[in-house]
Amino acid sequence: MEQIRNEKELQARFEKCGACLQKKFHCEPGHKAIVVCGGTGCLSADSQVIIDKFQELIKANGLEDKVTANIVGCFGFCSQGPFVKVFPEETLYVKVKVGDVEELFEKDIKNNEVVERLLFVDPQTKQHVQKQHDINFYKLQRRDIALHGNGEINPEDIDEAIGNGAFQGLNRALHMTREEVIDEVLKSGLRGRGGAGFPTGRKWSFVPKTDEPKYMICNGDEGDPGAFMDRSIIEGNPCAVIEGMMIAGYAIGAQNGYFYVRAEYPIAVKRLAKAIKELEEVGILGDHVLGTDFSFRCHIRLGAGAFVCGEETALINSIEGKRGMPRPRPPFPAVKGLWGHPSVVNNVETLACVPFILREGWEKFAAIGTADTKGTKVFALGGKVNNVGLVEVPMGTTLRQLIYDIGGGIPGGKKFKAIQTGGPSGGCLTEKDLDTPIDFGSLVAAGSMMGSGGAIVMDEDNCMVDVAKFYMTFICDESCGKCSPCRIGTKRCLDILTKICDGKGEPKDLDDLKELSNVIRNNSLCALGQTATNPILSTMKAFPEEYQAHVVDHKCPAHVCKNMMEYYIQPNKCIGCGLCMRNCPVGAISPSTEPAHLPNGNVNPGKFAHVIDPKKCVKCGSCLSGCRIGAIIKK
Amino acid sequence: MAKLQPQAVKQITEIVERYKDEPTPTMMILEDIQKEYGYIPLEVQELVSELTGVPVSDIYGVVTFYSFFSMVPKGKYVIGVCLGTACYVKGSQLVCDKFGELLGIKPGETTPDGLFTLDLLRCIGACAVAPAVSINGKVYPQVKVDNVKNIIEEYRAREAN
Repeated sequence: MEQIRNEKELQARFEKCGACLQKKFHCEPGHKAIVVCGGTGCLSADSQVIIDKFQELIKANGLEDKVTANIVGCFGFCSQGPFVKVFPEETLYVKVKVGDVEELFEKDIKNNEVVERLLFVDPQTKQHVQKQHDINFYKLQRRDIALHGNGEINPEDIDEAIGNGAFQGLNRALHMTREEVIDEVLKSGLRGRGGAGFPTGRKWSFVPKTDEPKYMICNGDEGDPGAFMDRSIIEGNPCAVIEGMMIAGYAIGAQNGYFYVRAEYPIAVKRLAKAIKELEEVGILGDHVLGTDFSFRCHIRLGAGAFVCGEETALINSIEGKRGMPRPRPPFPAVKGLWGHPSVVNNVETLACVPFILREGWEKFAAIGTADTKGTKVFALGGKVNNVGLVEVPMGTTLRQLIYDIGGGIPGGKKFKAIQTGGPSGGCLTEKDLDTPIDFGSLVAAGSMMGSGGAIVMDEDNCMVDVAKFYMTFICDESCGKCSPCRIGTKRCLDILTKICDGKGEPKDLDDLKELSNVIRNNSLCALGQTATNPILSTMKAFPEEYQAHVVDHKCPAHVCKNMMEYYIQPNKCIGCGLCMRNCPVGAISPSTEPAHLPNGNVNPGKFAHVIDPKKCVKCGSCLSGCRIGAIIKK
Repeated sequence: MAKLQPQAVKQITEIVERYKDEPTPTMMILEDIQKEYGYIPLEVQELVSELTGVPVSDIYGVVTFYSFFSMVPKGKYVIGVCLGTACYVKGSQLVCDKFGELLGIKPGETTPDGLFTLDLLRCIGACAVAPAVSINGKVYPQVKVDNVKNIIEEYRAREAN
């Protein structure tokens, strides 16, 4: 592979690869470029087979000179995947199946004919939308900072990354002094995207200017359940994270960088390893980066399934081959970190923002966002929302815009109940908070937190006590066991919540929960323990009536807690078909002596309305999900 | 120390050798062993300790700390039901219960025929296709309670052939 040993060689490569990329996106008549989403979501829906099939067809038709097909990083609109985008028209096809490839190839690729049935249909206007930027989901987003290159460049080809501007920021940084780089990042206002929001430039400035070895660490241990920003960033543009790491390494005087990535993300690990290997081969990573006296090497370490390793000192212990338990701070890692040496731990998304700041200048970054928080934030929007996916929005976007304009609202005409941000350390925000502009400060003021970017929408069918119990089960499992308030306290909280959800709660339990929560918050060493009870406290604060219903009336208003709900067949709606009876695994359903009715209200002759014997019912829900006329309800 | 097969000793020694230039490679060694054998029993931990000089108590501490490591063999097919938040609010607990009911095991257990292990996963990042189930790395999107039987039968049929 051709070497990139100095600035001149980098610029030559940038121009050459940039031209290639431009040619691909704006190709001449008769030429086409096909890109297919290669994110984890789309790959699980066979996008690799789709691309193989396209390549096969290109070959079979002898079109190798005119048509290219390759994978790209996540498009973000995961609920509509797999995606196929065709340049130069920029036609975006959604929910493409392997069986559609031949038609696409025949019509669009060979005859320039748009395959309308595979275009996105706007749910409101029912119109087909041909281009990505005309889809509502994308309109309020700007995906050019942390998600730079996602959905455009091939993450397994470093030339496409270089052509897209990768290492231009590094090149500029290498012309500056270390202090100037730190100053640039400080002025940009970049705050850590892992959750706490600590100013990144300040974190870098804490590293002492001594001669001892220093380490840069990238925290890719994205443990927050329901969040997949970091995974998509690494999968979609690994070079951006590596470049961020190198700039940070230069700024703090480190020569080695460690990526700590979850073992659950095999595709991200594979693409990162490939990029590192190829960058070493061309000489961008290694000794004398771009002809300067800065040397830098990258290493990958895998997590082994421990949420607490997202805490920076626990992560350092894990790299050192120990149990991932947090250390007391101070000393902070910037002074005494990995193997006792100064280390900086930055989150993946934080590092992905750094190249933009150095490439475009701090002013452009600082121009986006609010007074409190600059730049953009990537959210993994999930749960009960129509447009599930990965979203990058400028800070200051409101939760309402996020859920309704970008997310497309709640499916099935259900009512919005809460949005959970910040994962197990965060909280639930409700209807009244929807106009809160998103930034670090305002989310905390509203009673939740930014966290790493999970945003789970819940509707009226979700029980908030059950949600709190869910998070407590998670925290209980993941507490490392070092501090007893967290180890024992979270278990006791879970016991109480389980008791409440089983219908055996009493009003005193709520006081106990509050007291325990405060003890755990005030007496734990690390952030996991200190924030462990946020899901309880925030749901208790936002939904007091729901807790009351559980402990006083012993009712679950959302009909989730099994011991407090029953399945019921409405006799006036039951047509007596007997499907539920046949579906019931425990024989709890039988016909009654009451006549069944047809949907028009007339008696269904010879048929009887069915009833459920609550003593036999195991509440599996098979009857309800099987009933075609909706005669069965929970009550 | 219980006897390990000479072949296993050779292979584990090779794995340890692989990382001899790495500072603190314990996790990397254990990850490779876990991938290769599916579990890390005590006698293997003793061997790793002997080869690396790390006290066996430390190695045991690491093996028992991380959920990725197991001290008992797992089934041929590891069914991981994602209980991440996005999957949970879309009903993955019911999917998990159904797997447990049909296989007759609790989460973390393996069927007596050694075919299936039921594992709970904490978010595999496939939130867009929630509820997700991952079987030996293959992700099944939007699994409903009614699909569970078919999924199990798919693997049983594969075994029967």
